[in-house]
Amino acid sequence: MAEAVDYKQIGTSPVRPDGFDKVTGRAQFGADVKLPNMIYGKVLRSPYAHARIKSVDVSAALAMPGVYAAISGADFPGGRLDGEAGGEGGGTMDDVAKNVMARNKVLYHGHAVAAVAASTVRLAEQALEAIKVEYEVLAPVLDVVSAMDPAATLVNEENYTALPEKPENPSNIANVGRLERGNLDEGFLAADVVIEREFTCPMAHQGYIEPHACIASIDERGRGTVWCSTQGHFEHRAATSKMLGKNMADLKFVATEIGGGFGGKTVVYLEPLATLMSEKSGRPVKMTMSREEVFRATGPSSATVARVKVGVRKDGPITAAQSWIAFEAGAFAGAPCMPGAMSIYAPYEIENFLVETFDVLVNKPKVAAYRAPGAPQAMHAFECALDEAAQLLNMDPIDLRMVNAADEGTQSPYGPKFPAIGLKACLRAAKAHPNYTKPVPEGAGRGVAVGFWFNVGMQSSAEVNINENGSVMIIEGSPDIGGSRASMCLMAAETLGIDYDDVRAQVGDTESTGFCNVTGGSRTTFATGMAVTQACEAVIADCKRRAAMTWGLDEDQVEWEDGQAVPGPGVNADVKPLSLAELARKAGKTGGPITARASLNAQGAGAAFSVNFGDLRVDRETGKVDVLSFTAIQDAGKAIHPAYVEGQMQGGAAQGIGWALNEEYIFDENGVLENAGFLDYRIPVASDLPMIDTEIVEVPNPSHPFGVRGVGEAPIVAPLGVCANAVSRSLDMRITDLPMSPPRLLDAIEG
Amino acid sequence: MVKVVLSNPMLALTQGARELEFAVSNYRELTLALCARWPQMAALIERSAVAIDGQIYQDAFAEPLASGSEVFFMPRIEGG
Repeated sequence: MAEAVDYKQIGTSPVRPDGFDKVTGRAQFGADVKLPNMIYGKVLRSPYAHARIKSVDVSAALAMPGVYAAISGADFPGGRLDGEAGGEGGGTMDDVAKNVMARNKVLYHGHAVAAVAASTVRLAEQALEAIKVEYEVLAPVLDVVSAMDPAATLVNEENYTALPEKPENPSNIANVGRLERGNLDEGFLAADVVIEREFTCPMAHQGYIEPHACIASIDERGRGTVWCSTQGHFEHRAATSKMLGKNMADLKFVATEIGGGFGGKTVVYLEPLATLMSEKSGRPVKMTMSREEVFRATGPSSATVARVKVGVRKDGPITAAQSWIAFEAGAFAGAPCMPGAMSIYAPYEIENFLVETFDVLVNKPKVAAYRAPGAPQAMHAFECALDEAAQLLNMDPIDLRMVNAADEGTQSPYGPKFPAIGLKACLRAAKAHPNYTKPVPEGAGRGVAVGFWFNVGMQSSAEVNINENGSVMIIEGSPDIGGSRASMCLMAAETLGIDYDDVRAQVGDTESTGFCNVTGGSRTTFATGMAVTQACEAVIADCKRRAAMTWGLDEDQVEWEDGQAVPGPGVNADVKPLSLAELARKAGKTGGPITARASLNAQGAGAAFSVNFGDLRVDRETGKVDVLSFTAIQDAGKAIHPAYVEGQMQGGAAQGIGWALNEEYIFDENGVLENAGFLDYRIPVASDLPMIDTEIVEVPNPSHPFGVRGVGEAPIVAPLGVCANAVSRSLDMRITDLPMSPPRLLDAIEG
Repeated sequence: MVKVVLSNPMLALTQGARELEFAVSNYRELTLALCARWPQMAALIERSAVAIDGQIYQDAFAEPLASGSEVFFMPRIEGG
């Protein structure tokens, strides 16, 4: 059980160890790796959103001088692949393989059909034009609700809804989620107000600044190395080897520095293509997506249609809640319909509820995880309905949430009772925050919403090596996206009782350290941090053994205090304490190098709750929204590196505000994405946002040695509701469709 | 006895019975008992997470269960 402790290292915010290399341009991102004799791979992508592939002929491309490899679906091993891909909604490995390279059908505009590798990028692009593909064009399925109609055109004729008993007919519904409790009729009868509305969220991209990139160098035996920008090089190795029918031991994957992922880089796209073409050509193959390719062919989030009904008694208790949410999966199953169902009511104690969710195939890019997958869309709908109830009841929206807030012992809607959680602490902090107690600026509306994410543990490995001078080297396998190397160093320094400056951390490749699941699910500081901590504890045990040997004492007569071995209380020994540096210097005489490792499957991840509020004003002439202030409050359990936690909260707020106000995929009637670039797909820039104010709440997770909860995902959840509620209050009309872009708001204002 | 609460996909196998009780002392014994009664349960358990007395396990195996323990099967979450 973690308790309030005065830490020496944890809770400080040292400069990130990778920061210097990043600001000086030395850091090696995916596209920065160069090898002798490397050639360049490019992908031919489908011009249709839905078509049958009648034939693919790459021979003319392959015959061009300077072209060294050309591949299509026929070059991949046949047969159905078993297993699941990593990451939320990763889907089956078989589907991921068909997403990497289409086989019989193309399922979205931009779907990979063939690829070439040539001596220059220009030549590779010319070679793509020489590839002949015959298509039988089919009608695209683009609307999620009509896609659910049993008579709808099928995206995949072999898709049957995953139910215990296989349905008679295929459909576009891949999976369903359903949670229920109590009696809805009785609950709604007990309500004084009932809100019932339909909400929509658009498909939005994770918007990582670094495009997908990799380079593969495979020798004539089929063995080699792949450098890639990834959230999980072990799982990228597993997927690549599986798709190519290779022994994973023949492939080494190296995670380069990564310029953002947010869930979208848990997925393989280029790595199998580069590996296959490198093996065929005998040369290293480098592949880098353009921004347009990133938009057209890599992981957006699901668009959703959500129908929500909520009943509330006039003194505040929610008496019943009913929701129906359709999630667009894109071309393959894997929309986060179940996390959406599990999160929508998670902050509240509700006796009577039902939520039904659907994972629906449409001819759009296969969705990928995006920070707290499924929760932003689902909770946007419910948080807006609650806000409207608060308005009707003339209640403060924080008070309404406090009346219903889940707490330790509350049975969560998805099953278990919550252990200690921080929702009420966040609500109290919000109510007392100076940004909340000040008046709402004239003409603006103030929106409030709650966010939630489960967080996960999963598998991690770490090794701790003590250098000869007592400094410490950590090797672990979690790609560092949000500053985790610094957090690992802080936890190691705290555990060992040494200075942060004496610790270094490195992300090892797949041959240098044990397996780690992806950096995702807000798990790295929690789970990999736990592995680092356990390895450090093993180092301490070893040091105590060595000190006991040196002093002629029993091991249990030695303790570890402030980075040194000391005789325990009551032990009569006239000896000087032995520091880690002194023990390291003498390691050769006491058993050899001091090193320890830990591998674990971390359980007991603690749920994260957040409360956000903001003041937004709409220009009624142009429909433009100004965010005047935004405050993010979140329970971090224990903030190992508070500045990074604040950065996660601010980044999540920025992404959520962007999703709420401007970001959306715009498809034409043929399923062609019309805004595949940052000029037309508008993410917020610095001038669009105020300083995001933050307040970290710390209710320790009882299952972590330092009380850590994950912090990476919850921050994106609440901003959608905050913005919608603030704009709705500002305009005195309920806005239910996102994004609240100027044209959409002008339409609403003009009726 | 250990109280077990099944997830929705499991209910089709148990004819709607959501809450069950088993005399077992660890999670492995529980899953064996469930699969002995409903062999198709194995695939659903493999795809589930489980909460034992409020603590969520993505991959439970032989965790001890005390008399009065509550075990909830729930969908696995991975996140992004």
